[in-house]
Amino acid sequence: MLTFIGRRLFATIPVMGMVALFVFLMLRLTPADPAAIIAGDYATTEQIAEIRDKLGLNKAMHEQFFIWIGNVVQGDFGESFFFKKTVASLIAQRLEPTIALAVVTIFLSVLIAVPMGVLAAWRQGTWIDRTVMGFSVAGFSVPVFVFGYALIYVFSVKLGWLPVQGYVRIGEDFFAFLERMILPAITLSVIYIALIARISRASVLEVLNEDYIRTARAKGLTNRVVLMKHALRNAAVPIVTVIGIGIALLIGGVVVTESVYNIPGLGRLTVDAVTGRDYPTIQAVILLFSFAYVGINLVIDLIYTLLDPRIRY
Amino acid sequence: MISRRSLWRGAAAALVALPLALGAGSALAQTKTLKAVMHSDLKILDPIWTTAYIVRNHGYMVYDTLFAMDENFAVKPQMVNKFDVSADKLTYTFTLRDGLMWHDGKPVTSDDCIASIKRWGSRDSMGQKLLSFVKDFEKVDDKTFKLVLKEPYGLVVDSLGKPSSNVPFMMPKRVADTPGTEQIKEFVGSGPFIFKQDEWKPGEKVVYVKFDKYKPRSEPASGLAGGKVVNFDRVEWLAISDPQTAVNALVSGEIDLIESPAADLIPILEAEKSVKFFNWNKLGNQYTMRLNWLQKPFDNEKVRQAVIMALNQEDFLKAVHGDKKYFDVYKSYYPKGTPLATTTGMDKVLESNFDESKKLLKEAGYDGTPIVLLHSTDLEVLTNLAPVALDLLTRGGFKVDMQSMDWQTVVARRAKKDPANAGGWHAMLTSWVSADILNPVMISFMNASCDKANFGWPCDAEIEKMRDQFSKETDPAKQKAIAEQLQIAATKAVTHVPLGQWYRSGAHSDKIAGWLAAPAPVFWGMNKK
Repeated sequence: MLTFIGRRLFATIPVMGMVALFVFLMLRLTPADPAAIIAGDYATTEQIAEIRDKLGLNKAMHEQFFIWIGNVVQGDFGESFFFKKTVASLIAQRLEPTIALAVVTIFLSVLIAVPMGVLAAWRQGTWIDRTVMGFSVAGFSVPVFVFGYALIYVFSVKLGWLPVQGYVRIGEDFFAFLERMILPAITLSVIYIALIARISRASVLEVLNEDYIRTARAKGLTNRVVLMKHALRNAAVPIVTVIGIGIALLIGGVVVTESVYNIPGLGRLTVDAVTGRDYPTIQAVILLFSFAYVGINLVIDLIYTLLDPRIRY
Repeated sequence: MISRRSLWRGAAAALVALPLALGAGSALAQTKTLKAVMHSDLKILDPIWTTAYIVRNHGYMVYDTLFAMDENFAVKPQMVNKFDVSADKLTYTFTLRDGLMWHDGKPVTSDDCIASIKRWGSRDSMGQKLLSFVKDFEKVDDKTFKLVLKEPYGLVVDSLGKPSSNVPFMMPKRVADTPGTEQIKEFVGSGPFIFKQDEWKPGEKVVYVKFDKYKPRSEPASGLAGGKVVNFDRVEWLAISDPQTAVNALVSGEIDLIESPAADLIPILEAEKSVKFFNWNKLGNQYTMRLNWLQKPFDNEKVRQAVIMALNQEDFLKAVHGDKKYFDVYKSYYPKGTPLATTTGMDKVLESNFDESKKLLKEAGYDGTPIVLLHSTDLEVLTNLAPVALDLLTRGGFKVDMQSMDWQTVVARRAKKDPANAGGWHAMLTSWVSADILNPVMISFMNASCDKANFGWPCDAEIEKMRDQFSKETDPAKQKAIAEQLQIAATKAVTHVPLGQWYRSGAHSDKIAGWLAAPAPVFWGMNKK
């Protein structure tokens, strides 16, 4: 197992290297110029050139790349072109809101979606099944921002129950944190509930037709035991896979949700950095996201071994 | 209806110790806070280093100016108590007001002001012009200093009271000694608000607190001049990037004002009784088309004239703002309602005279080279301009290649001198805050000094000579006459094309009163019920 983990971690190095090169080239080949953006509307051509020089953008592209990657290897992600703060400190500042939103969303999604899916499979063909599947289709079809605005309109603007926007850190005021997290987490979780519920239903349905389930029933086990102990456990591998994919997809989802609810997380930082062509920030955030993807996949692979003893690495 | 506060805070109070909750509530109630959403997030903190408007607005919070423009466009002393001009108009003596203090408690001195003017003059075009006339600065005492000129210059006080980017903000000498090419690292001003650097979270919020030791002038506030009386303990600029979210936050009472709400959301705000509008920037903004003189066919004056013949202002203004109450068709390089405003020399242009445009193109021998027109797609006040230009120019005989991109790409592209088919450009559209274009020296698009000019690089010795005459002239009547001649010359040479004025009111809660009309959004004078 340790060999497997070591091998997988080692394999992330070329992946991260490719991501770094791709992001670097992609940014340098886009036509926008961060120096012109920083200088402002009234800046002269000389002022823009002077800023470009100070940012090191006049150096040859390969030279810029090796300077940057050399610093990254030493743990230095550089300084934001705009904020004059280290990229690491900017990311650290934005990490908590994104992680909080992602954790609450996944918790909510799993808590609702797995029982929904199991119930739909158990009651296949009934109104319960059709309702769950109907919700699932709707969840996939409604864009995140539309659902977000609708929730804000009802619960914040009309009823005044929850705030429209913003984020309060857990350590500052837990209740304020919670009331600002409810709507974004519901908004973001709808699509994952739909996804996980569908896969849970399909997996459980497949398992329910297996011989050992029939045997379990023949032994006189209760429905609850058959469902929870035999069916769900054996259906868990695809469900965990889709939850893992869901966590990875969340990275994209938070960008929209954080904008709609004005949550100062990594999604907003990415958007701001891209619109401002803040190269060091974009590069660092994308590297971080890539590392998170690789890490999540590794964790899922390890969970397989716990769920299915036949899987060994 | 159960309110959010009663639902959640009530639950919190029941669970947590009630006395503690009440204590915290009363402490919060004592702090009078204004929450505003500005047009952009604050990313850079040096208002001399960049010309970005949000940084200028930050400057007005933290720093003060020697002079300031009032609502009637008169430049009035601000930090200066009195000033004298020698009979030969070569020596200006400035005496600072009593009690001026930096946020760190130290007094404002002549040395600070001299260093600040020098740093500003190393960056700003109007400042550079002023410093080119300055022979020397002389410190008389801690509160008095002299500015000695090589020859009379008519814009000394106008320059020091320049209302918009870059504004000559005063900074402590140790900060102002930072080269203009580098950003300052300390943010100590003598303005009415203190910048809370420890609470600044880029992309989230900027916090200012009232500077208790600030001594406002005794005159009532007017424009950017007069007494800067602060009625809030704390002002927060929240970075809400989604315009719809900002509108929802204002409607639900979470914020107090939006500096510039998106045009398509204004009807939603108009329907809300608790939301009011205030046109804080009475002069508004001016749309402009810039042509690249370096590239064929715009190196030919007749082709440029064909452009100003083919266009008209109303089509552009209607395409973006629809309702006439939000714009003014006004054919002038100077903003409507300002001292130099005139329509002299503009009667035959900007009337979409396509026959005349085609005739001029024929005379110029235009070979059908496609005009690369940059189209900004992500700023709602600019997005609809390029398609209108495409239509009008095509009808006027041009072949147009409209290329769509985000504004930041336009900004990068317009700085390039490369041929249009190799990443360069021919024409682009933008907008100026009217306060930035009050006279021919301030209008950077009228600068026709070839390579030294702004992007587009117009090259016209006659225009430059007249701009120089204007800056040296001290008689306002003669200045106006020169400005008129400059307008005629700029129309003939087509340094740029003025495309009319537009206005955008700020939206605020009905609890807010006293928002001042000024070229930049200011937070003194304002109060909250």
